[in-house]
Amino acid sequence: MSIFAKFEDIQKTLAGLSQTGQNPLDVRFDEIRSPVEGFVGGRRVLLFGTSNYLGLTFDADCIEAGVQMLRRSGTGTTGSRIANGTYAGHASLEQQLAQFYGKRSAMVFSTGYQANLGLISALAGRDDHLFIDADSHASIYDACRLSSAEIIRFRHNDADDLARRIGRLKDRPGCRIIVTEGIYSMLGDTAPLREIAAVKRETGSYLIVDEAHSMGVLGARGRGLCEAADVEADVDFVVGTFSKSLGAVGGFAVSDLEGFDILRVAARPYMFTASLPPSIVATVSAALTRIQRDGSLGARVRTNGQRLYDGLKKAGFALGPQPNPVVAVKMPDRDTAVTFWKQLLDEGIYLNLALPPATPASMALLRSSVNALHTDEQIDCAIAAISRVGMRLGVINAAPAKQRAERAEKLALPAE
Amino acid sequence: MHPITGWGKLTQRQEAIRAQIIEVLGAMIPAGVPVSDKTRIARDLGLDSVAIMDFVMELEERFDILIPLDQIADVETIRDLSKAVEVLVRDAA
Repeated sequence: MSIFAKFEDIQKTLAGLSQTGQNPLDVRFDEIRSPVEGFVGGRRVLLFGTSNYLGLTFDADCIEAGVQMLRRSGTGTTGSRIANGTYAGHASLEQQLAQFYGKRSAMVFSTGYQANLGLISALAGRDDHLFIDADSHASIYDACRLSSAEIIRFRHNDADDLARRIGRLKDRPGCRIIVTEGIYSMLGDTAPLREIAAVKRETGSYLIVDEAHSMGVLGARGRGLCEAADVEADVDFVVGTFSKSLGAVGGFAVSDLEGFDILRVAARPYMFTASLPPSIVATVSAALTRIQRDGSLGARVRTNGQRLYDGLKKAGFALGPQPNPVVAVKMPDRDTAVTFWKQLLDEGIYLNLALPPATPASMALLRSSVNALHTDEQIDCAIAAISRVGMRLGVINAAPAKQRAERAEKLALPAE
Repeated sequence: MHPITGWGKLTQRQEAIRAQIIEVLGAMIPAGVPVSDKTRIARDLGLDSVAIMDFVMELEERFDILIPLDQIADVETIRDLSKAVEVLVRDAA
């Protein structure tokens, strides 16, 4: 028997995905021309699925900072943070992050995935208890597997359920550590952070918030949902990534707790991997400086998210529960989702196909994200294309939702 | 013998728990799928990793217990699960 026999089910799923002639997992961009435009298979596509929320990947200052540092410090550090991989830039970026969040300390990791892996697995020891949202990102689940704590899931975004589950521990020893996210990447919904922070206080737990999709997007200063919900003082650790709003790669954790720096010699995903190349550190620092100086990008991406959400809702699509820069369109089934995704690509719109088990409640989703550089015309163009394909495939009716609602009202029928 | 996966007759209490487990499971799988002591939860019922975790969450509600995800690694069959839940119910009291 082949060593790959265990992947038979995945193989079958992959074969199904390829039936449209384009495997969604095998998309190659021949060229990316800007944060909103690329080329796939010789075709120009508008990018509506890159999580590049502030559109900083082509920012002139970021590029210049990166190029200069590349020339000055070389292509890579070739070493771990605790060996030869800490340069002045890594240390100053940590200071800049701590200052940005108004916290005492920050640690920079080589990816966002490793930031969760390192922070959570090191914090949660043998007698501790991790309470994670059921819809947590894979990096949080993997962090749990790497830790030696007990892992309990609570119902997605349900603070009462969290409190009930923590209560079941009664007086058992060990720290209680709650893990939640700012914006959830699949449906674009936010955590009820005020309620969760209240549970944290009442139960004497610690609270970790992953702001991967909300840093730079939410909050007046771009500090994420913790800032927007005014609970920053309750949050013990903020985790985030450089690969979305900051347009590069890498991750971080910040905290106000004394003793935080011990994690530098306890978090294995921090210690046993090469540090970020100095040129990346330089682009990230430039991007963070831009956010600190200019709040308009965050406001713009929120407005753009609202425009896409409203347009698709009006067209009659079933969407995630709230407007945010991540806008998820719910598909009736997997096959329709795959066909829909391919037809959109042919129409010149690229977005993400999200399928179970990566999605909540086994939903098939078309997951789009806007950035601050999308124009109103580009967003309207995406709405029109998604609506065209939606009608063609029968996902929405030809008559717009508003007309149907008016007709129902006229005929004294209950709403659909 | 392993406390969870070892063979041996289920106690009356474990059988009562098994009945409730099967009832909870019934709401999550297609009607008519047979479930017995030896049913392997992941492999025989076609539940993916998330569906299994959701099933565990429902059991936590039903029995008012915590079932840590790291502890269900040893659980393969309905029989294993019945024994594991019985221990957790006892410890929670």
